[in-house]
Amino acid sequence: MTEQQALYKYCLRLGDNALVQSYRLSEWCSNAPTLEEDLALTNFALDMTGRAQALLAYAGEVDGNGKTDDDLAYRRGEREFYNHLINEQPNGDFAHTIARLLYTSTYEYLFYTELMHSADERLASIAAKVVKESRYHMTHANDWAMRLGNGTEESQGRMQAAIDGLWMFTGEMFETDAADALLRDKNIAVDLGKIKIKWMERITEMVKLAGLKMPQGSYMQTGGLKGIHTEYLGHILTEMQYLQRAYPDATW
Amino acid sequence: MELLEKNEKLQDNKLGSFEAKIERDDAIEPRDNMPEGYRKHLIRQMSQHAHSEVIGMQPEGNWITRAPSLRAKQILLAKIQDEGGHGLYLYSAAETLGITRDEMIAQLHSGKAKYSNIFNYPALTWADIGAIGWLVDGAAIVNQVSLQRTSYGPYSRAMVRICKEESFHQRQGYEIMAKMMNGTAAQREMAQDAMNRWWWPSLMMFGPHDSESPRSGDAFKWKIKRSTNDELRQKFIDKTVQQAEVIGLKVPDADLRWNEEKKCYDHGPINWEEFHSVINGNGPCNNQRMAHHKKVHAEGAWVREAAEAYRLKEEKLN
Repeated sequence: MTEQQALYKYCLRLGDNALVQSYRLSEWCSNAPTLEEDLALTNFALDMTGRAQALLAYAGEVDGNGKTDDDLAYRRGEREFYNHLINEQPNGDFAHTIARLLYTSTYEYLFYTELMHSADERLASIAAKVVKESRYHMTHANDWAMRLGNGTEESQGRMQAAIDGLWMFTGEMFETDAADALLRDKNIAVDLGKIKIKWMERITEMVKLAGLKMPQGSYMQTGGLKGIHTEYLGHILTEMQYLQRAYPDATW
Repeated sequence: MELLEKNEKLQDNKLGSFEAKIERDDAIEPRDNMPEGYRKHLIRQMSQHAHSEVIGMQPEGNWITRAPSLRAKQILLAKIQDEGGHGLYLYSAAETLGITRDEMIAQLHSGKAKYSNIFNYPALTWADIGAIGWLVDGAAIVNQVSLQRTSYGPYSRAMVRICKEESFHQRQGYEIMAKMMNGTAAQREMAQDAMNRWWWPSLMMFGPHDSESPRSGDAFKWKIKRSTNDELRQKFIDKTVQQAEVIGLKVPDADLRWNEEKKCYDHGPINWEEFHSVINGNGPCNNQRMAHHKKVHAEGAWVREAAEAYRLKEEKLN
């Protein structure tokens, strides 16, 4: 693997995480428990779409085959996506969406804070923008975790079930492959080992504040780094890529 | 007896001051005295306006996950957020008249409050997103520009803000249509089909002809309404026909003609039977839109309860 190939894959992974999250968050449009929350979640979807655009455009440039952000978003198949599996999981109830946001936004906040110091200037500048959004997403997730965890018996039960249910997808966020190793040596990629410790501290603290118990499961599902996904991704792509696939000659 | 007379005089003065304000074109503010009919008329109109913004998120939301490019998706997401934001301002503005958002939503669910009829039509293809932005928002702007001068202060101020955003919406809708008309044969066909389906319902958005409009009398007297349905509809037709021609879309009206004498377009008859039928519940998406709103509201109840319970607990602690 060359540095160029590693960087391409790294950008795809980050871009795909944003793209798939943007899809799931958009599904909340007209479906949230309050109008304010409808706007908040679709606003996060908008942040994620912008993030995907920046990262996939850069991936295309790194690859050098003239592929645009849209080509990469709309013309790749299931096995060529490298997002973390947690991002493609269905929204479930509101507690599930908040639990997923809690896990991922905390991760992203820590990740992009580190990536701001990347030796790759382009990634560092994207990270500087993303970290502000992630901080906001994380605050929002924390606020709701507090309300749901300390709210009613029902909300506490749902929130506990949500953090437990998604736990098996959290391990994968800290997995690395050859691309990470190569880019770590060049000070381009983030040290995920370091992030993992901080992430665990923050989540443990937040779960406690929310009056919940840390999930106990030890099984961690993996596969995203190799492009092996849960069954949900195929459906996401089927819907998301529909127009581009059905009218390949059209420009939108 | 004396007291009663005094009271009556006071009432007369208060109403007198309302009428004087209307006469002088001063804005009526929430604490000002106002006739009950004025308050009721505004609650009906403003809540309907707010509900329309919110229900309108459904047909557009239907296409977010299928938007054909990242840019298109961003624009659509931003637009739908604006609509939701307009719903929020309008609910807040209506609340100044002494009704809560919960009460307004209950009235929507009971059928007492309405929303714009246009959202009872389905968004079937991507071109419909263009047509909604261009035609539906285009028609809404014409109406809202006129409402910027409405007599109730909070409503008028909400309209000023909303109009700024709506003109961006109309441009994005037109851009989608223009891109499709510049695209492949299949895209052009899709765009014309959307035009054919949305044109007439857009004209109906302005409401019945002036001769048939039941409530306009008071609305004009109170300066809630500044232009008639037919005046606004004409304004919309005149600007839109030209825009359609520029990108090669055909207006689906065989009777459409430029009237040199009146300097405006004459149009064919509007199908009012369809309009009344849809308003009375028999449109393609009436049941779907309402059922969805009710379902989401019911599903979110536990979240709202949890937020309220948490707020009360925190209040106790502090």
